[in-house]
Amino acid sequence: MKSARRTAMVAGLLALFSLAGSVFLLRRLDQLRPAGTLEDVLYLPSPKALKRLSLGYDGLMADVYWTRAVQYFGSQHAAGSRHFELLAPLLDIATTLDPHLVVAYEFGSHFLTVKPPNGAGMPQHAIELVKYGIRNNPDNWKLYYDLGFIYYMDLKDYAGAADAFAQGALLPGAHPWMKVLAGRMAEHSGETQTARLMWTATYQETRDPNIRANAGAHLRALQVDEDVTALEALTARYHEKTGQFPSTFADLEKAGMLRGVPRDPLGHTYKLMADGRIEVREPDDFPFIEKGTPPFYTPPRMPKFLPDDYAGKR
Amino acid sequence: MNMRVAHIARNTFREAVRDRVLYNLIAFALLMSGAAILVGQISIDIERLVVVNLGLTAVSLFGMVIAIFIGIGLVSKEIDKRTLYTVLSRPVRRWEFIAGKFFGLAGTLVVNTLFMAAGVFAALLYVSRHFQHSDGWIMVALYFIVLQFLIITALALLFSSFSSPLLAAVFAFSLFVIGSFAEDLRGFAAMTQGVTKWLASGAAYLVPNFSALNIISMVAHEQGVSRQLIFYNTAYALIYTTMALSGAVLIFERRNLK
Amino acid sequence: MRPPGCSLSLRPQLLIIFYSDIASMAAIEILGLEKTYHVGFWRKKPKCALKPLHLEVEDGEIFGFLGPNGAGKTTTLKMLMGLVFPTGGSARILGMEINDPRMKAQIGFLPEQPYFYDYLTARELLNYYGQLSGIHTDRRKISEILERVGLPKDGDVQLRKFSKGMLQRAGIAQAILHDPKVVFLDEPMSGLDPMGRREVRDLTEQLKREGKTVFFSTHILSDAEALCDRVAIIHQGTLQGVGAVADLTASVQGKVEIVWQGNTVPASIRGLGADCHVTGDTVRAVIAEVKQDAALEALRRERLRLIALVPVRTSLEEYFMHKVQDAEQAAAVRV
Repeated sequence: MKSARRTAMVAGLLALFSLAGSVFLLRRLDQLRPAGTLEDVLYLPSPKALKRLSLGYDGLMADVYWTRAVQYFGSQHAAGSRHFELLAPLLDIATTLDPHLVVAYEFGSHFLTVKPPNGAGMPQHAIELVKYGIRNNPDNWKLYYDLGFIYYMDLKDYAGAADAFAQGALLPGAHPWMKVLAGRMAEHSGETQTARLMWTATYQETRDPNIRANAGAHLRALQVDEDVTALEALTARYHEKTGQFPSTFADLEKAGMLRGVPRDPLGHTYKLMADGRIEVREPDDFPFIEKGTPPFYTPPRMPKFLPDDYAGKR
Repeated sequence: MNMRVAHIARNTFREAVRDRVLYNLIAFALLMSGAAILVGQISIDIERLVVVNLGLTAVSLFGMVIAIFIGIGLVSKEIDKRTLYTVLSRPVRRWEFIAGKFFGLAGTLVVNTLFMAAGVFAALLYVSRHFQHSDGWIMVALYFIVLQFLIITALALLFSSFSSPLLAAVFAFSLFVIGSFAEDLRGFAAMTQGVTKWLASGAAYLVPNFSALNIISMVAHEQGVSRQLIFYNTAYALIYTTMALSGAVLIFERRNLK
Repeated sequence: MRPPGCSLSLRPQLLIIFYSDIASMAAIEILGLEKTYHVGFWRKKPKCALKPLHLEVEDGEIFGFLGPNGAGKTTTLKMLMGLVFPTGGSARILGMEINDPRMKAQIGFLPEQPYFYDYLTARELLNYYGQLSGIHTDRRKISEILERVGLPKDGDVQLRKFSKGMLQRAGIAQAILHDPKVVFLDEPMSGLDPMGRREVRDLTEQLKREGKTVFFSTHILSDAEALCDRVAIIHQGTLQGVGAVADLTASVQGKVEIVWQGNTVPASIRGLGADCHVTGDTVRAVIAEVKQDAALEALRRERLRLIALVPVRTSLEEYFMHKVQDAEQAAAVRV
């Protein structure tokens, strides 16, 4: 009996240690093969062949490829890579296997279009992907929204965008702002306002955490751009009046041009520079801003998304 | 090595041979020669690719079927025939029995794979007339396949130590399928949040990782394999096998052999 | 394992061995061994397979462990062999704990209805078991054993070609192969023809002459009667008694079957309370053993030709049926 207990103890310890060891080795293996699973894509580049090979389990395979697409994008993005060649084929395969995988079209419309390092920089491919999605899901207004989004944001094709929003607005269940957007496109005026409306819509409607974080960052960037533009207009006026730039925001307050010290969307105060320019305190916190950065500022290789964008209200 | 373990292993090997397990080699030989002849005539330029892909996939599948279907019967058959009673009433410890059974079947699979490997190389020689340097990587792929057999044999033993043979086969086969998608599974787990993430990651790390051990398509495309991959895969397979076998011993030590 | 300098710590072990040598009058000591299984899938109900059992088997005796099917015999044997873990109690064989490998090297076990590795020949089987027992088995030794169990010419035949009786013999061969001190046989006679039974009986007696202890289980009274020094009777997991067979089964009346030529039953035989069946031109009658002489006398008077006179083997089921019936009748009378 005693020897049996000893055997059990040895076996138990062995099982525990090897469990720990196997997890450690798995992590090493994952590091060793960063794109391990993705190499498989290259060997079976034809989505149609893959559909046949998946023996009728194409729904499951689609999910697998969709996960691979997200993983691929995430890992390349995190590594600061500028290469996203596999994103398009992965999304193509996922949507061929399951044409109703709407989230994949949405993902593609955002991350296939934007230039590296924030996306693959392939807006034409993204448009084809979303159009394929519309053919297969003609009743889904969100796909028209995605299409319009690409036309507007990346191609500046207002006619195309207006068309997409107008078509989508006719569908049952379409959000009311689809009509508004169609109108805005026709006027193509007030670009910042339109952009803000679209990013807000995306932020509220999407359920994908990456897209939501991206939209949140864009919204903050729009706010900063707007603030900086307005504040720099004030310092210019002050300069006109007094012949010198204000040294603090208090000077502007005394001149009755401002109430309080202005703050950026993250609650930090703006910096007032000697030449009247306005800068944000933490430019790294605001990817996508076009104004308010110090001269010769280079953004970090990987845009910094804030965690509360992911956990944000649904 | 413990002599009793060796004797039990040898008897297990002898059982497999006498129960005509190696007859699968005939089916394999027919498949390989048929494929070599067909491929040689219809597909130009990719004969090597097809022969390597088909050959290694067949080696893997044949071996998996043997590993699972013999593996699940290793213990239950000896209980049904009451031979286990005559073994355990001798100075044989239960863990020695499990270890012996494992090494016996592992040995059978190694021998079986050696024969099949010869078949693959013969077919390769037939279609491409000569060997080339990169054919050496096929050996590595075969070695990784054997490592997979070790894992699945240990798992079959583990499952058969507490469930019926049929259930054990289902479990082992499912783990084979799931394990082939292990990296995707960890991908899924990484996308979840909170408690789910912990649970899912835990499960994903517990599943045997067959994806890193499957380099068939890499080898078919004449890509090399890094030494590190060979080292870590070997270590991983051995450690995972040890884990499954320890589990089997833990369960089997307490089991009432009704 | 132990550093060589630690000789002090060895001493208690030596003492135990010394002590057990003095106390080793009993080859097998069973101290309150019990087993409760839990049956059912969801709400497991306890099912008692063996109530606490106390038993001692002396060195060198043939001990019969008797009981009807399902009485707990096999469970007891399995606990002694370390195959099933007891719920309570303990047992010592040759003074050593269950599962002690040193003890296991000195016992032999034949399970109930074994099939064995049917891909092996008898020789290979014995060779394998010899290796597991850690003894040297050469060709001559195996031939000797095969001879002993009555398989002298079948050593090179695969076991899948063996009949049930031959398998049983091979099973006995593996149980005595390594010259064990105690041999456990679970239903060694089952599946054997009368010749085979006889041979097993002879073999068992031979083992006793060699000074070995034999512990065997059976559900057939007459097998035990012919062989055992002592028996224990077990029923529904409870020990009913230990002693010589005759003492224990004194209450059971033996029966004989008488067969004669003819198609009528004389009134004199019918008067003996015989249970008669007529088939064609033979009659079979089963009567109590004590009335055997009277029946034969009657046949002689009637000038009927006797064909056979066979003792009817009493199984323990019958024995217990009688016991239960008797108890019920006694109860009915009292009411």
